[in-house]
Amino acid sequence: MKTRLQGKTSLRVLEIVMFIVFIIYFYPFFLVLINASKAPFMVTSEPLKLPSDWSLLFKNIASIWTNPNIRYPSSFLTSIIITTASLFTLNILSSQAAWVLVRTKTKFSGLIFLTFVAAMVIPFQIVMLPLVSWFRTIHNVFGLKLLRTYGGVIFAYLGFGMSLSIFLFHGFIKGIPLALEEAATIDGCGKIRTFYLIITPLLRPIHATVAILNGIWIWNDYLLPLILLGKGAGIQTFPLAVVNFAGAFVKQWDLIMAAILMAIVPIVIFFLALQRFIVKGMVAGSIK
Amino acid sequence: MNRKHDLVFWLFLTPVLIAFIMVIIIPFGIGIFYSFTNWSATARAGQGISMLGFTNFANSLKDPSFAWSFIMTTVFTIINIALVNAAALALALAVTSKLKLRNIYRTSFFVPNLIGGIILGFIWQFIFNRGIPAIGGFIPLFANWANPENLMLGRVSTALFALSIVNTWQYAGYIMMIYIAAIEGVPQELYEAATIDGANFHQRFRAIVVPMIAQAFTITIFLTLVNSFKQFDVNVSLTSGGPSTIFAGKAVRGTELLAMNIFSTAFVGLKLAEAQARALIFFLVLVVFTTIQVKVNKRKEIEL
Repeated sequence: MKTRLQGKTSLRVLEIVMFIVFIIYFYPFFLVLINASKAPFMVTSEPLKLPSDWSLLFKNIASIWTNPNIRYPSSFLTSIIITTASLFTLNILSSQAAWVLVRTKTKFSGLIFLTFVAAMVIPFQIVMLPLVSWFRTIHNVFGLKLLRTYGGVIFAYLGFGMSLSIFLFHGFIKGIPLALEEAATIDGCGKIRTFYLIITPLLRPIHATVAILNGIWIWNDYLLPLILLGKGAGIQTFPLAVVNFAGAFVKQWDLIMAAILMAIVPIVIFFLALQRFIVKGMVAGSIK
Repeated sequence: MNRKHDLVFWLFLTPVLIAFIMVIIIPFGIGIFYSFTNWSATARAGQGISMLGFTNFANSLKDPSFAWSFIMTTVFTIINIALVNAAALALALAVTSKLKLRNIYRTSFFVPNLIGGIILGFIWQFIFNRGIPAIGGFIPLFANWANPENLMLGRVSTALFALSIVNTWQYAGYIMMIYIAAIEGVPQELYEAATIDGANFHQRFRAIVVPMIAQAFTITIFLTLVNSFKQFDVNVSLTSGGPSTIFAGKAVRGTELLAMNIFSTAFVGLKLAEAQARALIFFLVLVVFTTIQVKVNKRKEIEL
């Protein structure tokens, strides 16, 4: 009896402690919200107080929307284009490659797979400078423009994201029985059709995992677009726009907070809509 | 052509192979070559590149700012491994207990991880520079927080700690998810048997949870190690490397971590070849650190 009672009190204490932790954990977001709804002098003089006039939030949002430095609508669109196009190419091309690597049991395919996996340890910092000079050489020699273009960034994301993606698809495809494909071959189904009609539908969960892992990375990435697109250039992703604006010497915190809020809200909504997949996918990605 | 390597094999493999060679292999190779040359912003404009041998490496190692950022990165990484994993494990244990709001907590603690380090850095810059002094103005007990001289980002040691706080806030929710998966993988009967035998929370934790999730430690410590060592985004937006300090007789940027040091060597100092040499050293050290960590953890896994 005594131990059960003790268990109950300690659970109650934990309940309270966790609630406080939760409040502290979320307080930064709350600060963003309240300060995005203030006039500039209020942010400086009373950063912790609730705003006196919430309608300022909409005024600040509107001012970020039309700000010529941050170019919110166009940089948001750029981020969406780059992220979705990269995810499409990564998912399609990596799943295709992983499938032939699993199903072709030769020394060569084993070696290729090992090389891909080993490349995962290469940090971006060691490749970034030569990548720019190499892309410039490609432009000079072949006339193919990869710097300051959508194509170049998407191509680079394919290169940097494919190792982990192929690794995850590879692990999943190994678990699919070969008999399925053999039956399709006997029925006269070609290899490419077998992959798209039989295998691809089975890959749906791992496609979700790969898309989520790469999606969070690409959407938030700062260094790669900075290197390949340049600062303040024609095409800028959303993180670049935020740095251009918030990194300026004079800090307009009310507007910075509004910009941050506008950066956070879409991704949090996306997360809440898909959270089941995301959490499962993130964990699966790390453990494999 | 090998019969097994048919047309479809090449059709499916070629696109990723091209991307791999063009984006990783060739730049990686060029990069190693460049680190031994006098490659620079002017050399790329067409003037010849000449070999320098190990000069770039020697200059890097002689530069106090590089040595300083190495020390700071190592300290930062150690603090982070401890903070992130302690926080993540505590949160994981809490949300796998019978708390009423456990599912809400589980989702919520993960949210900072969805947001890029750049944006998180700006939020926390506001907290450290405006929010905390304002708390000092409110509550007499913390009055000295309101003193501008006590700003956390104003001194190197506290600014480094501030970076760790932000990193922990961002990353603990993700690492928590891995611990949750490991804790939920522990058979329920083990807990029940131990509870019946009269083991208290501490004993159950030490004797059941820790050994059963030892494998998770290898992964979580590996991830925090690599993530902290490569930290760049929060560094840029929270402290931009400041404040300055004196090291080995030279003014250095106090919280400039390695990734940022490489970046500023290239784009502020305009020494591309030397930045490349630093990146190569950075890569080799990271490989050594992670190899040691995985080896040690694997041995511990068996012992437990």
